[in-house]
Amino acid sequence: MIYLQMFFAFFEIGILSFGGGYAAVPLIQSQIVEKFHWLDISQFADLITIAEATPGPLMINSATFVGQQLAGFPGAIICTLGCVFPAFVIVLLLSFLYMRYRSLKPMQGILTGLRPAVVAMIASAALSLFVLALFGSSPSEICLENFRPIEAALFCLSLFLLRKKKANAVFVIFGSGIAGTLFYLLFSAQ
Amino acid sequence: MDTKKKSDLLRHHLSVYWKLFTVTFTLSTCTFGGGFVIVGMMKQKFVEELGWLSEEEMLDMTAIAQSAPGALGVNIAVIVGYRLKKLKGAFVCALGAILPPLLIISLISVFYQQFKGNRFISIALQVMRAGVAAVILDVVLSLAQTVVHTKNGFWIALMVFTFLGTVVFHIPAIVLIFICGTAGFFSTCFSDKDTKEKPL
Repeated sequence: MIYLQMFFAFFEIGILSFGGGYAAVPLIQSQIVEKFHWLDISQFADLITIAEATPGPLMINSATFVGQQLAGFPGAIICTLGCVFPAFVIVLLLSFLYMRYRSLKPMQGILTGLRPAVVAMIASAALSLFVLALFGSSPSEICLENFRPIEAALFCLSLFLLRKKKANAVFVIFGSGIAGTLFYLLFSAQ
Repeated sequence: MDTKKKSDLLRHHLSVYWKLFTVTFTLSTCTFGGGFVIVGMMKQKFVEELGWLSEEEMLDMTAIAQSAPGALGVNIAVIVGYRLKKLKGAFVCALGAILPPLLIISLISVFYQQFKGNRFISIALQVMRAGVAAVILDVVLSLAQTVVHTKNGFWIALMVFTFLGTVVFHIPAIVLIFICGTAGFFSTCFSDKDTKEKPL
């Protein structure tokens, strides 16, 4: 019975979470903290911390975490399926429509309007990440005193490798993780 | 001879599925910093490296993934899978995108206390963001270049409008997608002559 309840709690999160990522946080909170009392608020804060520190979408991370706490690994799978399922069906339907009608003229118009918009959205995500990496805050509360030179150097080196040497993205991400950690440890040892 | 051909074909299909799975699995393992990072890395992989998709398709698919509820990183994987290998491809890619966070979080929630307090992990996570920021900026630069090189004022204006709308005015993505889609729709409806410009 709890499995069914878990599945539908996350099904609801999955179907209502337009905008993804942090837009889903209040929704997740209202479901698992306020409605079902599966986590208390401090556990929920921990969950957000872990979700932030690990790869993967926030929603999947929370579903797995809650499921694991409630019913072990099977629970994790049930909750994850619940939150992925509605999006999966909707996305399939949209891709089917896209592939069938994309050559129509009005559809072409809509798509050409969307492409620059998508570029801009990726750009704004890039800006937030850039400021977070180099200043440790969001762009609206940037403070120049918090500038991090090690991260800035890593950023420039990574960008150089990507643009001039066509380096692999996975290599750059993990490379900067390893190089930066070593550098920090040497630096703070003095 | 015929069976050999058949088995070659089967091997080819299997290798495509395997590639889809490994690519989405690897990318999903390194999506620190949200769904747009996975979009950027998918573009690098599927458009530039493998040549399976065009840049325009990648942007269209991102818009679709943004218009649906759910996590962007999973949605984009499902669309790419469907585009390349229909329903089976969509399942394979969804699995590749979901498995890494499922396994990692399951593991971490067991060793939660140790993970939270570990100094190495917290430093590594912090510095890794510099690499992530560089990866996504690299993608943005090449995409924005394509838009600017078309010298089409309308597209450039839409790009600037959406950027300001997101960064300065915090307009939700779904609203911006709706506005830009409508603008694009009317711009084609009311242009009497077919534009000679290369489509974006």
